[in-house]
Amino acid sequence: MAGLAHGAGARGVSSSVRPGRRGGAQGALTRRRFVNRLMIALTCAAALIATLPLVLILVHLLRLGAGAVDWTFFTRMPVPAGEPGGGMANAIAGTAIIVAMASLIGLPVGVGAGLYLAERRSARLATSVRFLSDVLNGLPSIVLGIFAWQLLVRPFKHFSALAGAVALAAMMIPLVTRTTEEMIRLVPVATREAALALGYTKWRTSLDIVLRTALPGIVTGSLVAVARIAGETAPLLFTALGNQFWSLSATRPIAALPLQIYTYAISPYDDQHAQAWAGALVLIGLVLVISVAARFATRSRFGRGGD
Amino acid sequence: MPIIATTEVATDLPMCIATEGLSAMFGETRAVRDISFAIRTGQVTAIIGPSGCGKSTLLRCLNRMHETVPGARVEGVVRFEGRNIYDSGVSAIGVRRHVGMVFQRPTPFPTMSIRDNVAAGLKVLPRAERPPRRQADEIVETALRRAALWDEVAERLDSSAVALSGGQQQRLCIARALATSPTVLLLDEPTASLDPISTQRIEELVYELRSQLTVIIVTHNMQQAARISDRTAFMLAGELIEYGPTNAIFTTPGDSRTEAYVTGRFG
Repeated sequence: MAGLAHGAGARGVSSSVRPGRRGGAQGALTRRRFVNRLMIALTCAAALIATLPLVLILVHLLRLGAGAVDWTFFTRMPVPAGEPGGGMANAIAGTAIIVAMASLIGLPVGVGAGLYLAERRSARLATSVRFLSDVLNGLPSIVLGIFAWQLLVRPFKHFSALAGAVALAAMMIPLVTRTTEEMIRLVPVATREAALALGYTKWRTSLDIVLRTALPGIVTGSLVAVARIAGETAPLLFTALGNQFWSLSATRPIAALPLQIYTYAISPYDDQHAQAWAGALVLIGLVLVISVAARFATRSRFGRGGD
Repeated sequence: MPIIATTEVATDLPMCIATEGLSAMFGETRAVRDISFAIRTGQVTAIIGPSGCGKSTLLRCLNRMHETVPGARVEGVVRFEGRNIYDSGVSAIGVRRHVGMVFQRPTPFPTMSIRDNVAAGLKVLPRAERPPRRQADEIVETALRRAALWDEVAERLDSSAVALSGGQQQRLCIARALATSPTVLLLDEPTASLDPISTQRIEELVYELRSQLTVIIVTHNMQQAARISDRTAFMLAGELIEYGPTNAIFTTPGDSRTEAYVTGRFG
């Protein structure tokens, strides 16, 4: 009641005052417009700065790496230091294999865990798993490398592609778990109830209706996670180790693009520096391709939604 | 639409669903209190009452949907086709196949085409009852015709169900519920989110369906209850205050609270 009277009073005052202080009101308006423009300009600048690193990196990589990216880069093996030419065929194949193995482990576990967290939202185990998964997500990647080394390198007395894949999978699982949970939570309760009311069992509701509805988002999240681990170096340093030779074996040391880039970048040879730039360009291209694929995955199978 | 509240024609129609001392709880809160009433076969029964009076909860007890809410419990007996659906040997899934349900907001499955939406319930029938593909298409057509939607979607059965208008989506949900040939259809405020034209179509549909199955409709719209139902139940604060022929409830209510509600003095 008091507020109402106050509001009416204030309105009365301002309307009676306005004619006499026209310049003041005009001034306030000008000031508001100025502040508005300033804020828009500042946020716009922040948005541009946010994309600046990517633009600079791309320009830099194209300038320094594009020259060395040719057909032989994808098909040839590395050559000994000092010799010109050669490629990274083994590192590209190695990255493909490690990422594929990590995805085979990480995606089913991540999606399954996310489904569990979404379905048993407030179970005590779910709360703990959610918390631990966030902690795992925040762990430095080199720690995951040490973990995989302790688990799979030390007992077997040699480095292996599998150990690298396990380290990467451990990075991937929390990412996939949380996106899966978020995506499933976005499916309305009404959709779930509609399935139950049709005679769907709980598990068929979860798999046929809820998971299927959330699938585009889960696929996107999974691809983002794949892109994220594809460029990881630290977890591979003492697990996959790297390999100058051609190897596709899961139980032997294997080459990987990030490792090869690292090795070449710290070498003293200009040829190898050029190869490192080229490798970085290929790696970033790979990540971009996966990201674009993730965008396409979110599109509905019914095209534009209408008819 | 020449629908007038019908007087009760036959009082000795067989019972379809009957509750005995039914109570429904959310944790410690008792949303439905000790309700005993019987729904007659082949009629439209409306459940009315102010918001929060427990009418939706009562409806959800009739196909065992109430128990899907965490912390929810049911006490008492619901007899359907001679059995208590809460007996330990009775499967909730089986009950829901025979007692279809449509919700307040349309709930088409967004990943499925119109055809797949209507056929969704068929896919989870026990193997022996599951129709082969050709027959499934016929069932889909019949269900869409019964839901008065066929003419509007016949040309685009394979397009997305979410591209339909709200009213069409709701009729699609009714078609989906009808496809598995339930004997009872529960409607939980099916027109609450629809415009007047769509509402009228659904009401006409309900009126036509009564010859084929038993319909129980929860509504907060008293005119709607008066237009389309044979019997009306009035609920207040979880209790069943009055239940009888719709005509009687609206013209000569026996309870002063019913009278106050149907004449618009509260609600």
